[in-house]
Amino acid sequence: MKLDELTKGVFKQNPIFYLMLGLCPVLAVSTRVDNALGMGLCVFFVLVGSNVIISLFKHWIPSQVRIPCFIVVIASFVTLVDLIMHGYAPELHERLGIYLPLIVVNCIILGRAEAFASRKSVFHSFLDGVGMSIGFTLGIVGIAICRETLSTGKIAIFDCTIVPTFTQSPSVMMTLPPGAFLTIAVIMAMIKYKDIRKEGR
Amino acid sequence: MENLLVIAVGAIFVNNFVLSRFLGLCPFFGVSRKTSGAIGMGLAVIFVMTCASAITWPIYTYLLRPFNIEFMKIVIFILVIATFVQLIEMVIRRYKPDLYGVLGIYLPLITTNCAVMGVALLNVEEGYSFIGSVVNGFSAGIGFTLALLLMSGIRERLEFANVPKSFQDLPIAFVSAALLALAFMAFSGMRL
Repeated sequence: MKLDELTKGVFKQNPIFYLMLGLCPVLAVSTRVDNALGMGLCVFFVLVGSNVIISLFKHWIPSQVRIPCFIVVIASFVTLVDLIMHGYAPELHERLGIYLPLIVVNCIILGRAEAFASRKSVFHSFLDGVGMSIGFTLGIVGIAICRETLSTGKIAIFDCTIVPTFTQSPSVMMTLPPGAFLTIAVIMAMIKYKDIRKEGR
Repeated sequence: MENLLVIAVGAIFVNNFVLSRFLGLCPFFGVSRKTSGAIGMGLAVIFVMTCASAITWPIYTYLLRPFNIEFMKIVIFILVIATFVQLIEMVIRRYKPDLYGVLGIYLPLITTNCAVMGVALLNVEEGYSFIGSVVNGFSAGIGFTLALLLMSGIRERLEFANVPKSFQDLPIAFVSAALLALAFMAFSGMRL
């Protein structure tokens, strides 16, 4: 089923909460919702691009040197995104900082190339890339929404306030590193609770 | 001339790679179940990070900058680091089999560890000198090992704790990491 390839990345095999892949940028960038959206967009472009290219060339890549080949393809896409962001969204590029080039060592992308794109057809790899990156974006934006509301008391995407200020004494800790670990711990515990309930029934 | 002590203390405590920069989280949660594994992983990371800093600095300064191809740094750095880790693995296996037994299984994992790539990129971004870069790489590795050891100690104790069912294993590890990060926040008040 083709739709399956698309939806499995969003729910059943969400890269962040179920596969536990690519956590570093998730925790570092999720301080604000607009940063998280930017990161999700970059991962979308790199993941879909590298999945398609790798599955196109899968018959020509010898299996002994496949990992270096994958890395070169991924690194080229990351360089492309880095340059485009630098040119058209310099402010976002500045805020994502070192985490933008670090997409190249993100385990989601190499993991999908190795486990999926190097075996399946181009169209399936494309769908898998789209689904996985939507799942990633949903996860990172979800965490960012929790952290931004708790730390500033409001949500503002690109200077336009979406949720107005509702508290005068927000908890600054949520922007800082401990808040990131705590948020993802609580979300993971909630998912686990749901799974345990489902099994028990 | 930058102050080497400031770089070292900064990389170990103030900007700890795991707890405040969020680099290298996969091994941090993956290998921290047992203290013995944590020591092996920590030693391998210190070694690779120091060498990676020492190798990428001359490549950037004498190869990429004269030809104005700094934008190639992502591709070049990842290839150099991946090749280098493979090379170390082969050399250690050939000449120091007992050391290979300790570090061997962790070395391939390190290639995709973002901390190694991160330290190479940070050195370039901060504009450190050669000595500064090596010191930064070494102390970042020490900082990583420190966090990993603390975490593995906590997780070994957690085995005996009565944790709610939905918090078992990873979620409680993240809560412990949050408390650890909170403790490390105290260092950010230090004036260097």
